[in-house]
Amino acid sequence: MDIILDGIRKAFHLLFTFDAEVLGITWFSLKVSGTATFISLFFGMSVGTVVALTQFPGRKFVVSLINTGMALPPVVVGLFVTIFLWRNGPLGFMEILYTPAAMIIAQAIIATPIVTGISLAAMQQLPKKLRLQILALGATRLQMVRILVREARLPLLAAVMAGFGGVISEVGASIMVGGNIKGYTRVLTTATVMETSRGNFDIAIALGIILLIFAYMINLVLTQIQQRERPR
Amino acid sequence: MAVLSLMAAGIFMAAVSAIPVDAAPVQKNIILATTTSTQDSGLLDVLIPVFEKKRGYFVKTIAVGSGQAMAMGAKGEADVLLVHSEAAEKKFMADGNGVNRRLVMHNDYIIVGPPGDPAGIKGIKKASEAFKKIAATGSIFMSRGDNSGTHAKEKDIWKAAGVKYEGEKWYQQTGLGMGQTLAVAAEKKTYTLADRGTYLALKKNLGLDILVEGDAILLNVYHVIEVNPKKWPKVNAPGGKAFADFMVSKGTQDIIKTFGVEKFGSPLFFPDAGKKVEDLGK
Repeated sequence: MDIILDGIRKAFHLLFTFDAEVLGITWFSLKVSGTATFISLFFGMSVGTVVALTQFPGRKFVVSLINTGMALPPVVVGLFVTIFLWRNGPLGFMEILYTPAAMIIAQAIIATPIVTGISLAAMQQLPKKLRLQILALGATRLQMVRILVREARLPLLAAVMAGFGGVISEVGASIMVGGNIKGYTRVLTTATVMETSRGNFDIAIALGIILLIFAYMINLVLTQIQQRERPR
Repeated sequence: MAVLSLMAAGIFMAAVSAIPVDAAPVQKNIILATTTSTQDSGLLDVLIPVFEKKRGYFVKTIAVGSGQAMAMGAKGEADVLLVHSEAAEKKFMADGNGVNRRLVMHNDYIIVGPPGDPAGIKGIKKASEAFKKIAATGSIFMSRGDNSGTHAKEKDIWKAAGVKYEGEKWYQQTGLGMGQTLAVAAEKKTYTLADRGTYLALKKNLGLDILVEGDAILLNVYHVIEVNPKKWPKVNAPGGKAFADFMVSKGTQDIIKTFGVEKFGSPLFFPDAGKKVEDLGK
């Protein structure tokens, strides 16, 4: 138990002394996972909305694939991204293995099905009649989609939080495609793994606590936006 | 939706431009595949900044087990290796995957276990005899089981002991790194084979004692190997050579000699550049 108290003490010490390395790692983690989440929002919300609002043969199959994708193991994503990005692999010419770009790609692949799945469910739970009503009032299809997105913003923000939460806490893919290189691709989770294997349990716990603090602050902002207007 | 996507795209662009991307020529990057012990002991954190400053390269250290490091080298996915797995290294060289294998340093393995020592191996001179006793008493032995250099050494000792261990109830595998395996062994009060450096670094939290040490078979020797550019044209051969040269240079060997003395009271590695493996530990 002492070790946990040490960890908590260490976390606040590192934060309030503005430890340059830890702050650098923290800022970098937020940047990588934030960027990956934005990419996943772009693809996930588009695909989720289209699948939710259209009918086509094999739709149920596509939905089941998306829902399975929400359980995509990060370490498997990491393995495949690594193999593709190897120097002598199919995308080797890009020379981005063990760079932040590779980490963003892997994390975006992990977050996209999560965002897609939740967006899909969010858009689909809107009453069908609403769509007819909007169109009957003379809105174009694009205007209709905009109104529907606004109606579904509560669960859509949940999609953002789930996607971001999924990648900021992920370690398997980040360590494989990033390599945990000091000052370059080290994020909070990979640093935690390394400090644990170095036996620096107090620092490992401190890094975990810092991760939670920042995740909490981001979710607090998102929750504020989400809960600004209570739904009728 | 369109507005949202545009917004997302805009923020994405801004975020991407804020991420550092290598502008320097590709040859500046060196991929060093190495074993976890060199990173976990903190040695590379000391050496690599010195090398980067001196030679202007950027080293991407990928710390994995020696087995995986050599697998990366054999696929041309690393430029230089710092590994400790004698037999596998010789095979790596024989297969033409590497050039210029050079001795860098050594330390030693130790057999550690709970202070109660249920198998009664404390003080035994020969590691293989100790392993025989562990097997005979059915005391649990925790293996790395991860194809690392330590795992390879452990299999060598079992072979020397002539004991069947695979599938035995007392033989368990973690599949984890040295630090984590030591933690598991400590928690479950079992025996394990560890490199001295990692053991010393973790000692304060473990409660495991050194029971057998000093046998010649327990020598842990690190070599640096450049990946063969003839086989893999994309390998950064000058970079790999520069790093290998750096590892055996006088200045680096002096740093290795004193590394860890301040923190642990004794060095974690002994510099051996230019020596022969047969002369070590004498």
